[in-house]
Amino acid sequence: METMNIACDQLRSANSKELHVLAVDDSNIDRKVIERLLKVSSFKVTVVDSGSRALQYLGLEDDKNSAQFDDLKVNLIMTDYSMPGMTGFELLKKIKNSSTLREIPVVIMSSENILTRIDRCLEEGAEDYLLKPVKLSDVRRLKDSILKSEGDDEFRQIESQKRKRNDDRSPQKPTPKLARL
Amino acid sequence: MVSATQLQRQYAEYTTSLYHEGYLNDQFTQLQKLQDESDPDFLVGLVSVFIDDSKKLLDTLTTAFQQKTVDYKQVSLHVHRFKGSSSNIGAQRLMRVCVLFINYCKEKNLDGCLWCLQQANHEYILVRSKFKALFKLEKQILKAGGSIPMME
Repeated sequence: METMNIACDQLRSANSKELHVLAVDDSNIDRKVIERLLKVSSFKVTVVDSGSRALQYLGLEDDKNSAQFDDLKVNLIMTDYSMPGMTGFELLKKIKNSSTLREIPVVIMSSENILTRIDRCLEEGAEDYLLKPVKLSDVRRLKDSILKSEGDDEFRQIESQKRKRNDDRSPQKPTPKLARL
Repeated sequence: MVSATQLQRQYAEYTTSLYHEGYLNDQFTQLQKLQDESDPDFLVGLVSVFIDDSKKLLDTLTTAFQQKTVDYKQVSLHVHRFKGSSSNIGAQRLMRVCVLFINYCKEKNLDGCLWCLQQANHEYILVRSKFKALFKLEKQILKAGGSIPMME
C-alpha cells in the first residue's frame, strides 16, 4: 500500500517538478535562443556545444552509474543535426544504443527540410525533428508530449505493480524507475 | 523633449519599414516576445553576440578566399553556420545572401562566391546599423517612461 502512495505522490510531482533538458548545438546564437525558449517554457536547461560533451554530461563516456546523478537526470535531449565532429544523428545513435540512456527522448533540430534526413532520424528513434528556427509553440508541444509519456510510464508501472501484488501478495520493493522521479 | 508616444510611433514606423525591406522577419518578433522581467536584456545581448560572431565569420571567409586554392567545403560550413545564426536572429536579407552563397560554393563558382561575400559584408553592416538604431529608440522610449510596442 505504501508503494502505491509513493507512486501517486511522484506522479503528482512529475507535473510540477521541472523537466530537465540537455540542449546540444555548436552555434552560440542557437544555444542562447534554445536556452531562452526552454527557460520561458519552465524547463531546467543545460546547454553544451558538442556531441562528445553531451555524452560526457550524460555519464556515458565515463561509465558512471547514472543513478548517482539523480539531480542531473535528463528528461529530454535536443540536438542540432549539423555539428562538426559528432553530428546530431551520430549522437542520437549512441544514445539509443546505450542501455542506460535509450529511454531518454531525443529531438533533432535542423535548418534543412530534407525528407530522407527526417525519415532517417525518426527511424533511428528520434522523438521529433524540428525545423530551425525553433518556435515557442514547438517547445510547448514537446513539453506536453514528454509530460504525457512520463505520466503514462508511471501509470503503467502503478498498474503492473497492482497486478504483481495481486499475483503473489508478497511485499513489493519500489522499482528503480519510480525512484527516478 | 520628445514624448514617449512620439517615440513609440517612430519605433513602430521604423520596425514596420525594416520588415517591409526584409531586414527583419517574424523570427525577430518571436525573440522580442521571449524577453521579460526575468531577462530584460535577452535580445540586446543576443544581437550583440550575433554581431561579434558575424564579424568573425566574415573575416574567416575573407581569409579563406585569399588562399591560393579555396577550400569550398570549409567555406560552405562557415556560410551554413552564418545562415543558421542569421535565420535564428531574424536577419532575413543576410540569410538570403547566405543561401545564394552556399549554392555558389556547391558549384565552386569563385566569382559568384566573391560577389556573395561582398553582399554579405554589405548586409551585415546595414543590419548592424538597423539594430543599433532600433535599440537606441527602445532605450529612449523606456527613458521617457513608455513601453516598447510589439509588432503584430
